[in-house]
Amino acid sequence: MNTRKNSVVSKLYTALILIFLYMPIAVLIFYSFNNGKTTVWKGFTLKWYEQLFKDDNIMNALYNTLTIAVLASVFATLLGTAAAIGINNFKGKKRLIIQNVSNIPIISPDIVTGVSLMLLFTFLGVIFSFEMGFFTVLLAHICFCVPFVVLSVMPRIKKMDKSIYDAALDLGCNQWQAFYKVIIHELMPGISSGLLMSFTYSLDDFIITYFTRGAKFQNLSIEIYSMTHRRISPKINALSALLFLAVLAIMLLINLRDRHEEKVRAQKT
Amino acid sequence: MKSRKPSIPYIIWMVIFTMIPIVMIGYTAFTDKNGNFSLVSFSKAFQYTDVFLKSLWIALLSTAICLFISYPFAYMITRMKASSQNTVIMLMMIPMWMNFLLRIYAWVTLLQNNGPIDMALSLLGINGTYIGNFSAVVLGMVYEYLPFMVLPIYTVMSKIDPGLIEAAQDLGSNNYSIFKNVLLPLSVPGIISGITMVFVPSASTFLVAQYLGGPNDIMIGDIIDKIFWTDQNTGSAISLILMILIFIFLIIMNLFGDEEAIA
Repeated sequence: MNTRKNSVVSKLYTALILIFLYMPIAVLIFYSFNNGKTTVWKGFTLKWYEQLFKDDNIMNALYNTLTIAVLASVFATLLGTAAAIGINNFKGKKRLIIQNVSNIPIISPDIVTGVSLMLLFTFLGVIFSFEMGFFTVLLAHICFCVPFVVLSVMPRIKKMDKSIYDAALDLGCNQWQAFYKVIIHELMPGISSGLLMSFTYSLDDFIITYFTRGAKFQNLSIEIYSMTHRRISPKINALSALLFLAVLAIMLLINLRDRHEEKVRAQKT
Repeated sequence: MKSRKPSIPYIIWMVIFTMIPIVMIGYTAFTDKNGNFSLVSFSKAFQYTDVFLKSLWIALLSTAICLFISYPFAYMITRMKASSQNTVIMLMMIPMWMNFLLRIYAWVTLLQNNGPIDMALSLLGINGTYIGNFSAVVLGMVYEYLPFMVLPIYTVMSKIDPGLIEAAQDLGSNNYSIFKNVLLPLSVPGIISGITMVFVPSASTFLVAQYLGGPNDIMIGDIIDKIFWTDQNTGSAISLILMILIFIFLIIMNLFGDEEAIA
């Protein structure tokens, strides 16, 4: 009796929170079909979507965002996985220092990381005569992605049975095969969640990109920033709707994959 | 597998991209434009004491509201069927993947004069302004960071053995004492990481207050953004103070966590 009442309350509460989370997004999507520039409904249109795809700035920014996210997450995953394997062999104080320094980009505010990297890049730019742009943004993104990879691979290494590497060698693998077929295979869940986290953080970042981009580089966040800051255009509503659809599709795919894997696992046992 | 060598590239990387930039912030903060030692930047930074306090206050309030909303919610999620739990968690994460600025911009659209909320309320005969004030900033922060509070608390709570709660019930505890003696102590690690994950970004973010707040709602992140482009020395001094404040906060939170673990 009591639990029944509880379940009504909990459904209501969940519904309220989900409305709170999705109402703003729903409103943006609604206005993306509005044939007027203000919040007054002037009829249905798809013209903002058409304009969006014709906007070279936005398309170029999208390309930059995706390129940076792919390169940064792949490079951060390689660097971070190797680092986690090596750090695991440090003991005591040294290990504590390395891990704490590694966590600095996670715990310090984004704006401080952004500003400090801007100082570094300006300084290096004077010495080696380069200007901030695509490359410095890429480096900055790798900086805040690697710690997440280290954090997600590390627990896997700790849990791993160390003798399986020796077992692989005994069974005739050479060192490279033992590493690739056994160690990497064992660490894969950690590596892939590190990769996914890096990718999403890179896609979402605005603050660090803002400080390390120089004068010309544009990615989606920067483009959205200038769109919302100077000229409000309903194109941005269309962009939000499409981004929301993309996120939804990716989430559903991940969920389906997880369910499929669970099924396969259940069948095996 | 016993070698430390794989970590060497990352250690070099950290020296260049983590250590040196922090040293540079410190150096820039303690020097003037010509590179001579000076404390002028700090005296300029302390002119913004009220902005620091306001940022901390906004962050504190947003964190408290997030915790208040999230704690019962996280508990409710743990009581659902496994498949509903996954769905709700997924629904919590989807908005997080939308761009940070778009989420704030969505609230600007909702709250603006003649926006949907204004129009709906004026139909009911209520007229007012819902944007450009302190509450709008806090609302924006709560919206931005709510999932960061729900997820860690849920993760910790879902690992609590339900048998413990049943045992407490069997031993005659009422709901309040179950909450106080079983659920709350066991969920402290989740609460602490939730508070950290909401407080740090909301104290240091910028643009949220510019988009949703009034002329007096300026946060320290906005000041850094405004100053840094013209006066790197003062900008660095403010950044350094902000970083130190955040680290002090993290140390205090860690102490709380440790004490709870011992008790």
